Amino acid sequence: MNHWIVLPILLPALVAPLIALAVRFDIVLARVFSVASTVLLLALGVILMGMAADGTVTSYALGNWPAPFGIVLVLDRLSALMLVLNALLGLVVLLHAINGWDQRGRHFHSLYQFLLMGVNGAFLTGDFFNLFVFFEVLLIASYGLMVHGGGPERVRAGVQYVAINLVGSSLFLVAVGLLYSVTGTLNMADLALRVADVAPGDQALLRTGALLLLLVFAIKAALVPVQFWLPGTYANAPAPVAALFAIMTKVGAYAIIRLYTLAFGAAAGEAAWLAAPWLMPAALATLAAGMLGVLAARRLGQMASFAVIGSMGTLLAAVAVFTEPAMAAALYYLAHSTLAGGALFLIVDLVTERRPGHGDALTVAPRIVHGGLVAGFFFLGAIAMTGMPPLSGFVGKLLILDGVRASAHAVWIWVVVLAGSLLAIVGFARGGSTLFWKSSALDGLMRPAGRLHPVLPFVATGLLLGATVLLTVFAGPAADYAERTAAQLFHPSAYIEAVLGTAGRTD
Amino acid sequence: MEFLVASAIAVMTAAGVYLLLRLRTFPVVLGLGLLTYAVNVFLFATGRLVVHAPAVIGAAGGTYADPLPQALVLTAIVISFGMTAVIVVMALRAWFECGSDQIDLHEGGDAPLRERE
Repeated sequence: MNHWIVLPILLPALVAPLIALAVRFDIVLARVFSVASTVLLLALGVILMGMAADGTVTSYALGNWPAPFGIVLVLDRLSALMLVLNALLGLVVLLHAINGWDQRGRHFHSLYQFLLMGVNGAFLTGDFFNLFVFFEVLLIASYGLMVHGGGPERVRAGVQYVAINLVGSSLFLVAVGLLYSVTGTLNMADLALRVADVAPGDQALLRTGALLLLLVFAIKAALVPVQFWLPGTYANAPAPVAALFAIMTKVGAYAIIRLYTLAFGAAAGEAAWLAAPWLMPAALATLAAGMLGVLAARRLGQMASFAVIGSMGTLLAAVAVFTEPAMAAALYYLAHSTLAGGALFLIVDLVTERRPGHGDALTVAPRIVHGGLVAGFFFLGAIAMTGMPPLSGFVGKLLILDGVRASAHAVWIWVVVLAGSLLAIVGFARGGSTLFWKSSALDGLMRPAGRLHPVLPFVATGLLLGATVLLTVFAGPAADYAERTAAQLFHPSAYIEAVLGTAGRTD
Repeated sequence: MEFLVASAIAVMTAAGVYLLLRLRTFPVVLGLGLLTYAVNVFLFATGRLVVHAPAVIGAAGGTYADPLPQALVLTAIVISFGMTAVIVVMALRAWFECGSDQIDLHEGGDAPLRERE
């Protein structure tokens, strides 16, 4: 058996308690362990991506119990891609955070490793109940990180965030229970086989369970009408944590892509593609709501949060078409929007700590230290996020517009994506000109309260923006990988075979 | 017995949702508690209701209770217990730091409770 697959979960799971127990009083050692672990995670992600790139699906049976009785981890192109994205974003955000954010509260590094572990587990698991457990792991870590550093507003937003996610967890359990009661399995591959055979009398239960699960993933992915928690949470969370949370909305998107292509795809009989009619209007409404929010935002953090909501709308509108070309475009855009969203929140932090008394509010104030460089970063981040040429957002949106042409809703997607991009461009242009351009007319220079440590944050933000540049330069290979991933998703027999063995079920 | 279990789930869910919508931390915590009880009983029912049967398949076969939902309920109880502890601690901290037990965020917002007292 190939033991590489379990390492992305095992490594942070061992390093996190080590940091919490052994080196909690030594911030330098904690940083060393945390960075080393995340670097190793990135290396592991690349190795696993190399293993999955040729199209093999590898299954890892924990404790050597055969599926569907034991629990399995499954590695395919999609999970490998998500692992690499998570480790990359995690490493860069960590570089940003070790410049002081990690000392504003306790246990930052161990919570950070637990969060990475939960996200990796959610990407790798082949079992619903384990998906629930890994969701809880990443949520518990995110509750701690969300209120890291404290402060009244942050704690209040944190309570709201915990409450909405606890409701989401209860719904998740109800949905899993419903699916188990009609199919008798919790294994995703096994479920895919059994969904087609569900008795006509149980179809209503099956649909209810599957759509409740869609609602749960929609809460994670911040889709309208359950998007309202995101701006309050992300705008009030510590900026590096908000940047890392850019991957958490993608966990919801990943779960939607995985479940509704694998189990409720073409082979699902009466339940085939049952997510599509619900997902499409929700995604388009999310896109519109996000971009209108960008226009209406009064703080830079809010603007970035609404931009993330808008990008989730774009991504899931392409997913909701459920065709291979649209899915390939969606996967490319997913990689792009994770990097761009993370970069945007890091830029928000660069601005906030340089404007004492103003923070990230969109007000005209005297010039800031390193104004030119920060403004340049914001300009690049805004170009990436709104999808203007030459960065990868443009390529991603172009691929999406091209990929959805065959859909019956193509006109709607085109209209909403293009109008949304225009709104986002206006919103970001307004924000940037208020913050950076109008301030240059005022006299004086704003002095930040504390001492700035500019090197690592600039490196981190630069790395993320550099990654979007690389995604643009190597758009060909990246789109190629996305296409082959989409092809694998729409032909799930290899996945099912890898998990259940060639014999499949005997009963 | 089906009616008893179903109505118990329904009453607990309804009460839980009602308390959640009060949007104050104490009712919300109680509501989440009721909701998780409802979910736990519901998970039991997903393995079909069987009375006086072991959770293992005996050598002679015969009736048995589905053990998997019981394992799931155990896990769900542990997780929901931990989560309740987390939200209680955070609610307390919110109360001490901002003097408010509102769950929803309004800009400018409602007057904190303590000021009204």
